[in-house]
Amino acid sequence: MSDFNVHYVAKLARIALSPDEEERLGSQLGNILSYIEKLKSADVSGVEPTAHAFPLLNVTRPDVVETSLTNEEALRNAPSHTGGLFVVPNILE
Amino acid sequence: MLHRLTLSELTQRIARRECSAVEALESCLAQIDRVDGQVKAFLSVDREDARAQAAAADKEIAAGRSSAEKPLLGVPVALKDVLAHKGQPLNCGSRILGKFVSPYDATVVTHMKDAGAVVFGRLNMDEFAMGSSTENSAFHTTLNPWDTTRIPGGSSGGCAASVSAGECFASIGSDTGGSIRQPAALCGCVGVKPTYGRVSRFGLVAFASSLDQIGPFTRDVRDAALLTQVLSGYDRRDSTSIPQAVPSYVGSLTGDLRGMKIGLVKEFMVGGLDPEVDAAVTAAVRQIQSLGAEVVEVSLPHSEYAVATYYIIATAEASANLARFDGIRYGARVDGADPMELNSRTRGAGFGPEVKRRIILGTYVLSSGYYDAYYLRAQKVRTLIRNDFLNAFEKVDAIVSPTTPTAAFKVGEKAADPLQMYLSDIFTISCNLAGICGMSLPCGFTASPKLPIGLQILGKPFGEETMFRLAHAYEQSTGWHRERCPVG
Repeated sequence: MSDFNVHYVAKLARIALSPDEEERLGSQLGNILSYIEKLKSADVSGVEPTAHAFPLLNVTRPDVVETSLTNEEALRNAPSHTGGLFVVPNILE
Repeated sequence: MLHRLTLSELTQRIARRECSAVEALESCLAQIDRVDGQVKAFLSVDREDARAQAAAADKEIAAGRSSAEKPLLGVPVALKDVLAHKGQPLNCGSRILGKFVSPYDATVVTHMKDAGAVVFGRLNMDEFAMGSSTENSAFHTTLNPWDTTRIPGGSSGGCAASVSAGECFASIGSDTGGSIRQPAALCGCVGVKPTYGRVSRFGLVAFASSLDQIGPFTRDVRDAALLTQVLSGYDRRDSTSIPQAVPSYVGSLTGDLRGMKIGLVKEFMVGGLDPEVDAAVTAAVRQIQSLGAEVVEVSLPHSEYAVATYYIIATAEASANLARFDGIRYGARVDGADPMELNSRTRGAGFGPEVKRRIILGTYVLSSGYYDAYYLRAQKVRTLIRNDFLNAFEKVDAIVSPTTPTAAFKVGEKAADPLQMYLSDIFTISCNLAGICGMSLPCGFTASPKLPIGLQILGKPFGEETMFRLAHAYEQSTGWHRERCPVG
């Protein structure tokens, strides 16, 4: 796969890779992608895609408020929180 | 030797007051102390919590409650580290979840507690269920209780190893491309992947949502049928759960195979199969025939595309599902100057190599310019694979095959070559793409070293009753399920 750029795709996936990792993953993924090329030989003309084996449509529940996790419970596993909110680095200057 | 009993034998003993729930649990804990240093199936065990549950079960038994009302009353069942158990750690075999503690119970945990089970322990797995050997666990590799120089299979390797080693009476895992059936085969126990939508996925950390399904590991088919029955049923908290009544799977174990038609897949009878696996499965098919079933050849013409299709669809879904591990809402965090850098650094440090490989592959096949060529094409081939099965099931009631091409391989043997590892899932993967049910049960052993061989049975969508009936009749006509591993 000449046009597979592991550095670019890792950025899309938001995964920081070391140069070593980039090289290793790049060659392993190259092998996997050439195996996957196999699919190009399948005749899929006129075939509908399957996203789910048993698609259920419009699964809804009555629009009624139910009990859910409390604010405290929802934040308990957060690496950093304050005042009932998740803490993130500055987004705006 | 309480820990060697099947789940059903244990519930009978408890019913006759020959042993207590506390004694049953203590037999598991003692066995863990004795063998888990070698097998390493568990990541952690909260003994205090488990003992409190067992004592509560004994109180219920003393008050006259029986297994007729609560079919798992007092039975210790352990969980794969991918299922939420309130107040217990949940790591998915990964570093990225840090010190995560589940705020609620998965629906399957609720079902088991309602049925009286003592739910305990966190069982090792490949990180985020991505792998076939547990070598991708961030914590340690679980070893095969039949030969501790070999892998137990994966991703639910801890589940299979713990049941075979007698450390619990049953365990619950998940199967996205064979992660229940393959380790069950390699460790010599029974493992079931129910039909997609049969068991609620609420509280299961998602890997590939259109393929994931929860199922049990047990020491025989009766236990598997009973446990599948407890786990199954519609759940409004899982929008892919199918509103269909759960039949009595235990009631389907009639022992009668007359009139049943079994398919052998033409495309599976090609090279690459280990001769001992081939011989064991051939003998199993003859045995099934002698029990009154008719065996015919069926064709799944698109089988050769299954592994490639799977590694596009599963990785695409994984890349979306694992986006939630952002270093902000839960788990570990590596700080950065902005949220993007924080995300990337956290994920770079928190995910292991296989998870990174799959997320990057999944991101690529979904990316602009490649979506049609990879993802959309794979979804179309998925339709062809599913239609192959539906056509085959017009002619037969169930399909029989090997579960894996070989018995358990050595630790490290395939770790360096991800594609070879993927190809070891060749018989199990298409079942998830088609959404049908499947299971593995013991059908023999290799000679030297003595390693279990698994027989896979694939059933129609919601065809669990037929699948269990066939598995049970075959099992009862052999002694394979009574064999115990050296440390068991």
